[in-house]
Amino acid sequence: MADAPQIPDETEVRARWGAFAWTAENAEKAKSIIARYPAGRQRSAVMPLLDLAQRQVGAETQTQGWLPVPVIEYVAAQLDMPYMRAYEVVTFYTMYNLVPVGRYHVQVCGTTPCLLRGSDDVMAACKNRGMTKGKTTPDGLFTLTEVECMGTCTNAPMVQINDDNFEDLDYDSMTRILEALAAGEQPKTGTQNPKRLTSDPEGGPTSLKDMVSANHDYRKEW
Amino acid sequence: MPKVTVDGVELDVPQGATVLQACELAGKEIPRFCYHERLSIAGNCRMCLVEVSPGPPKPQASCALPTAEGQVIKTDSPMVKKAREGVMEFLLINHPLDCPICDQGGECDLQDQSVAYGRGATRYDENKRAVTEKYMGPIVKTVMTRCIQCTRCVRFAEEVAGVEDIGAIGRGENMQITSYLERAVASELSGNVIDLCPVGALTSKPYAFEARPWELTKTLGIDMMDAVGTNVRIDARGRQVLRVLPRVNDDVNEEWASDKTRHHVDGLIRRRLDQPYVRKDGALQPATWAEAFEAIKAANAGASVAAIAGDMADCETMFAAKALVNALGGNLLEGRQTGLDYDVTSLSAVNFNTTIAEAENADVILLVGTNLRWEAPLINTRVRKAAWKKGAKVFGIGAETDLTYKVEWLGNDASLVAKLPKAALDALKGAERPMLIFGGGALSVPGVHGAALDLAKSVGAIKDGWNGFNVVHFSAARMGSLMLGYGLPGGIRDVVAAKPKLAFFLGADEVDFTNFADTLKVYVGHHGDKGAHAADVILPAAAWTEKDFTTVNTEGRVQRSDKAVFAPGDAREDWSIFRALADTLGVSVGFDSFDACRAAMVAVVPALGVEGLADYGWAPPKLPAKPDAREIPSPIKDFYLTNAICRASPTMNRCSEEILHGADYAEAAE
Repeated sequence: MADAPQIPDETEVRARWGAFAWTAENAEKAKSIIARYPAGRQRSAVMPLLDLAQRQVGAETQTQGWLPVPVIEYVAAQLDMPYMRAYEVVTFYTMYNLVPVGRYHVQVCGTTPCLLRGSDDVMAACKNRGMTKGKTTPDGLFTLTEVECMGTCTNAPMVQINDDNFEDLDYDSMTRILEALAAGEQPKTGTQNPKRLTSDPEGGPTSLKDMVSANHDYRKEW
Repeated sequence: MPKVTVDGVELDVPQGATVLQACELAGKEIPRFCYHERLSIAGNCRMCLVEVSPGPPKPQASCALPTAEGQVIKTDSPMVKKAREGVMEFLLINHPLDCPICDQGGECDLQDQSVAYGRGATRYDENKRAVTEKYMGPIVKTVMTRCIQCTRCVRFAEEVAGVEDIGAIGRGENMQITSYLERAVASELSGNVIDLCPVGALTSKPYAFEARPWELTKTLGIDMMDAVGTNVRIDARGRQVLRVLPRVNDDVNEEWASDKTRHHVDGLIRRRLDQPYVRKDGALQPATWAEAFEAIKAANAGASVAAIAGDMADCETMFAAKALVNALGGNLLEGRQTGLDYDVTSLSAVNFNTTIAEAENADVILLVGTNLRWEAPLINTRVRKAAWKKGAKVFGIGAETDLTYKVEWLGNDASLVAKLPKAALDALKGAERPMLIFGGGALSVPGVHGAALDLAKSVGAIKDGWNGFNVVHFSAARMGSLMLGYGLPGGIRDVVAAKPKLAFFLGADEVDFTNFADTLKVYVGHHGDKGAHAADVILPAAAWTEKDFTTVNTEGRVQRSDKAVFAPGDAREDWSIFRALADTLGVSVGFDSFDACRAAMVAVVPALGVEGLADYGWAPPKLPAKPDAREIPSPIKDFYLTNAICRASPTMNRCSEEILHGADYAEAAE
């Protein structure tokens, strides 16, 4: 990973994306995003605009979207900033994709809490579905990426697929989710543990139990 | 003025000084990589750690920490020593041990500082990170595995060069410095990142594997590629100049140099004239000095003789030629080869009066007919400083070009000088330090010079302690030639009209030689370029690195340059050619040595004897002020190929093809 991501061939990309422009709807959105920042500081809008651009590319290609170089340049030009500065932002944040991804971008967390709770099984489920790390499946459906902590450790292990989190996974539930996605259905998001609602403890609270019914003042008991 | 204590020594430091600057004032050396006094503070290399109390009980980065009253700073405590060793160890984790094959070896900050502050041995036995080379253009060679990510090059590109092409992509361990999409950095100042790079990540491509710094003889010189008068150090080995580096002069070039200044040197060993030639039966034939001199004598020119100075002519050469022409009874001297004929009765009216260093203090600037980025790159950085850092407003008349800062273009019409749009006029009038900069192209349009002087007066550009009227020349010889009287009222047309029988061309290559069909053309120069092709007699002379000389830059600064190497073959220093020729022609030029030549020159023009700004007074002539309504031509067609040395230089040719004409060399370089 010591090398820069392999950017797709520039000539082809320019031929395909050189004429990128906002859709009418996104142009409005872009305008309102830029308006959030003071005049002369419109560069601050670079991140939301890049995200918007990535989503538009995604909508056009029926995928999760990525940022071809001409699109980055389009955004940079709109914000009157050097291309390099926008490019730096894109390369810094992993949520911007520099290469095309599939319809579903499966981001499996492999950081310690998830690892301890069985992220290897989740990863195995993905691999058995034909995915390879950093690659898109031939049918263009899935792209698998291993990512670092996504901040959902209470519900480990977790994956993020496009804009949704799927939590408390194991091999079976992960396989189920992938099958559902492949079939074009929308699986249940959030925790996959039927005994949990969100990040609440399984089987009821184990601490601060008195807080369940009322705002209990524990201070005297400490 | 906070009072601080550095290693037990109490001292007052200026308000706002950083701890690092305080330590330097106290005479303590603080190691650093990312900190550079001419760039913004990044604070990311952590090499400058010192112990500061009061403050957190840990070492602090001194470059980014402001001094405060009563601070006690320690630079030699065990904590500091340990911190430096630690930082150095981290920096060296991924740095390859390739000093023996690294061009930075011997002048490497990392090498020096690891000897001085490092642990002496490594404890790291994992794999080192490797990074692919990045293409940055024909000047900068990259070995990015050596990069320690100090970001000096990124900050230079953004802040000084104004070309935001270099950046850091990726994050964490995968962060890499690169140019945008690995394209050539389109800046005429890109070579400076080589000097800025504290390690061997960015080195000079033309100079790769040429020499070690300790093999080089270092001579102090003045660059003759443009009229800025960049102070340089000429590094030579044996008889060859291997590189030219800028040296610090805050009044002129700070510590930058343009790519042309740095890399034209490979042209100094190519296409050289190393023996005299005489045209016989229509072709130039090699000859001896005596034969060449006889050929000149045979012209029997009498007093019908002229001298035309080229762009790189130095003062002594021009004086020697003038002495010979005068001794023969002639007085046709001209330096403006391409036909410029602006009024030179007062040199103050054709001088960069504001001075280069003061240019960055201007608050409203009007550029007329000048592509400053090409004509004087290091004046452009000053204007950029005024515009970008200090918020000066810049207006421009002329062809629109990217000058790396925001310019409000008023149109390409010379007559605008006499009738500026109201907004620009009001801005100039309301300015505290207005600056008007006129290029050579602007002065070529009749009437602009007079209108320019009127404009300077009407907007109050000349006041106590501030003279905002500036002419920027691009020819290094210009101010010197005008001081020596190389300026006829009608420019070179007067020379043509006088139909001289004999004319000396002092490295003048841009002249329209067809006008001199009946003249015996003697080319005194060092490169076989346009002038030599057209000449009837060629007298091989010394290039600027091969002679001592005096030169005057566009702001009227008299500077001296020393001889670094000898001219090749039979070529001689210019003054001695005219001295010897005087004997053949039976006249006396009045000097027998270089020192006598210089002394005679100073006797004629005393200002040339004093290094520093010449005082021209302020006495603008009254000139016609009705500029023609026409486009202002640009005198420079190709920044990289402006003179004979550059045209002989493979590096400059490659820069021109690649950066200006879009040729693709990226693959060929691998």
